[in-house]
Amino acid sequence: MKDLAEAALNAAQVKGASYADVRLDEHVTQDIIVKNGQLAAVSDDASEGFGVRVIVDGAWGFAGSARLDKAEVEQVVDRAIRIARASARVRSAPVDLGPPVTSRGHYRTPIERDPFAVPLTEKVDLLLRADAAMGAVKGVTIREGSMEFIRQAKLFASTEGAFIEQELFESGAGIEATATSPDEVQNRSYPNSFGRHQGSSGYEYITALELDRHGGRIAEESVALLTAPQCPSGVKTLILDASQTALQIHESCGHPTELDRVFGMEAAYAGTSFMTPEKLNHLQYGSPKVTITADALTPTGLGTFGWDDEGIPAQRTFLIKNGLFVGYLTSRETASVLGQQSNGTMRADGWNRIPLIRMTNVNLEPGDSSLEQMIAETKDGVYMETNRSWSIDDKRLNFQFGTQLAFEIIDGKRGRMLKNATYAGITPEFWNSCDAVAGRPEWRVWGLANCGKGQPPQVAHVAHGAAPARFQHVKVGILK
Amino acid sequence: MKSMEVVRLSEEAELKTFTRGLLERSPAQQTEVMVTEWDSALTRFANNGIHQNVAERNVSVRVRVVKDGKTGVASINQLNETAAADVLKRAVAIADLQPRSEVVPMPDPARAKPVEAWSDATAAATPEERADFVETVCAKAGRVGLKAFGAFSTSAGQFAIANSLGVYHHQRSTQATVNSVVMGDAGSGYADRGAIDVRELDKDQLAEEVIDKAQRNQNAQPVEPGVYEVVLEEYAVAEMLEFMSFMGFGALAVQEERSFMRLGEKITGDHVSIWDDGLDRTGIPSSFDFEGVPKQRVALITDGVASGLVYDMQTATRAGRQSTGHGLPAPNTEGPFAVNLFMKPGSAAKADLVRDIKRGIWVTRFWYVRVVHPKASIITGMTREGTFLIENGRITRPVKDLRFTQSILEALNGTLALTASTKLQVSEYLGASRVPAVRLKAFDFTS
Repeated sequence: MKDLAEAALNAAQVKGASYADVRLDEHVTQDIIVKNGQLAAVSDDASEGFGVRVIVDGAWGFAGSARLDKAEVEQVVDRAIRIARASARVRSAPVDLGPPVTSRGHYRTPIERDPFAVPLTEKVDLLLRADAAMGAVKGVTIREGSMEFIRQAKLFASTEGAFIEQELFESGAGIEATATSPDEVQNRSYPNSFGRHQGSSGYEYITALELDRHGGRIAEESVALLTAPQCPSGVKTLILDASQTALQIHESCGHPTELDRVFGMEAAYAGTSFMTPEKLNHLQYGSPKVTITADALTPTGLGTFGWDDEGIPAQRTFLIKNGLFVGYLTSRETASVLGQQSNGTMRADGWNRIPLIRMTNVNLEPGDSSLEQMIAETKDGVYMETNRSWSIDDKRLNFQFGTQLAFEIIDGKRGRMLKNATYAGITPEFWNSCDAVAGRPEWRVWGLANCGKGQPPQVAHVAHGAAPARFQHVKVGILK
Repeated sequence: MKSMEVVRLSEEAELKTFTRGLLERSPAQQTEVMVTEWDSALTRFANNGIHQNVAERNVSVRVRVVKDGKTGVASINQLNETAAADVLKRAVAIADLQPRSEVVPMPDPARAKPVEAWSDATAAATPEERADFVETVCAKAGRVGLKAFGAFSTSAGQFAIANSLGVYHHQRSTQATVNSVVMGDAGSGYADRGAIDVRELDKDQLAEEVIDKAQRNQNAQPVEPGVYEVVLEEYAVAEMLEFMSFMGFGALAVQEERSFMRLGEKITGDHVSIWDDGLDRTGIPSSFDFEGVPKQRVALITDGVASGLVYDMQTATRAGRQSTGHGLPAPNTEGPFAVNLFMKPGSAAKADLVRDIKRGIWVTRFWYVRVVHPKASIITGMTREGTFLIENGRITRPVKDLRFTQSILEALNGTLALTASTKLQVSEYLGASRVPAVRLKAFDFTS
């Protein structure tokens, strides 16, 4: 592998690249799905290859291939160089990467139990036990449980002298119960929606979830939702559980602070951002209760690693400090435009893609309240839990979310269960209405393994530390 | 220079030999091999310049084995003997280690009608040609003080599927797509195109549409949310159809009681007919599915009545009928998927859709659409890059983008007119739709 990397860098320099980097990547993914008491899917997918990124005449070119031999390396470098020269014909300002990056080292996700060494039967048994717990509840029509395990070995080297090897692990699992009636489809999932809860961890992460203990509860909730009253429409106090708070952070803080979006580099696809540079250190993004960091050092976070895909070391930076907008997620190229240095958020979803600015672990720092306290202090509100639908505009201002489960809150007490709960708002108004965030005991890292961005499309695995949070004067019950 | 860039794909004979060898070597009772190979490139531009420019060559070998009533699936992205042995071994090991479960049957051989989905011009497209296209769009935008953003991609690939019951199908295909957003200081426009043959993408026509839209969409002012009569351009209509397919056209969604489809019942207005046809050359055709079953045309909604569903091997077996050729790659728990959608056109000219509308909204495209309530076919999303107020039969001014929360069936129930012309919309995910622009009586904008 090292030989191929050196060959690629040498060839790129000889052929005229002022900068080149190469990433070799070997990816193994195991997926297991149990559905309605049957093992519905087990797959084992392997992918390997390399990608070469070059700058020629101040412009980018990239090519990748699954063939790992020196002849292919030559062809791929030729292709990347030719592509860069074509880019240079229609480029804006020449690419400036700022100071050179010469990181060297090795990183491995800390794990207690290698998920690939755990017998398949043990994994399937756990999912079947959780399935049986859901199946014991009358009225559940669809039961599904899944696990995913990833091992990624990657090597990064650049003409500036960086040389990094990383071995990253992920483990994830989740269950979902669905109940249907002629007019309704109601589902409940544990611990999160989007199929499962995932972290940079070993099999111990799965064991700790205790999936089989939660199957019965979520099944009962899905059936109860069928006959629950509709979430009323109005402007109310809203309390979100930690997982929905995590998605709120993702969509309304994580994405708009990506500096490539701000500069229009994603304008034709994912969109731009309302958090433009003149607002930096001026915009009161949220209330003083709101402090949000990008922290690639968070244990078990899907955005936790040793170095990003430009060789920048993992680090913790502030995006929002006591409500004030103070920082972006950056790359070498975008940071240099602002006279900054990259804070290490460039990641590609495989050897065949270029790195893009991706959230690491974008965390809402814990507050000093608790869910029970927030409820007790609320006169007229709604508590919402576990995401069901999510949508936000291309500048990340106008959002609407729906959750699987909700409860009315009246005079400090949890009332009736509500179905089809939704809420909507405008990002800064919403975060400025945040008057309570629960503390460390309820703070948890939530993995999101479905973050789409880029053309050609890439899917990033990111995470958000979050706790339950409360917001005032929120429009709820969009669905009448 | 041109010859260097011609895509490098294996000969079909190599794939045939590879799949046959793997099937012969398999110890399982039934084995399926799927090989997908592609060579693709994409040139991305922003602020009137190319900022990302990429290419890849890759392959996927996917093996499904059924052994003693147990199924194992494994894949690898190498096309050689060592890889074949490795991927087969892993698939068999997975099958051996698991309990018996429901087996998705493999199909018997059946003749698939060949389709033409290949263009030498697309396969031979060079980075310089992509740069020339982008340069034209950027230059035209720059000349009128606007900035162009977008992506232009060309790709070529082949797909072969074989199983131990004797199925073997092979297809080559190419695709060229371009999308562009053009921005001014106070608004933006959008246009995209897709085709099998890159020569069908007209850079001047694309630039003219997106620049015109951007120029008309400056300084938008807010309009009160509420229920409006609407004109949806083809971009929005295609996205609506994709969501219908996602939520309800597959047999599994009906078998699991989560679909809005009520077969035999009137579910939309009389003017609405929607079907899936993988063999229609005016779409992005494919002659067989990911299980090796030949594609069949399926009428989904006919004159407003829910008339059919798409099936794969599993759902067809459960229903006691034949697969319609809409299976996805194994292992698949999502069910069959309609990916070659068509909506019957009407007779209206696009410009005439606004005629007689007293007060309505013109929507260019949707953005970030998500399902809110699948059984009621309710989706939410935003309008984007070209939302206009229609007053007294004409477009009067741009309006700020709006959020909608709307049942698709209810919206289509109020279909008042459809254009005679249709547009091919290549999906961001899989397949394509060919649709007209439509005028709908009521659409609920919620913020």
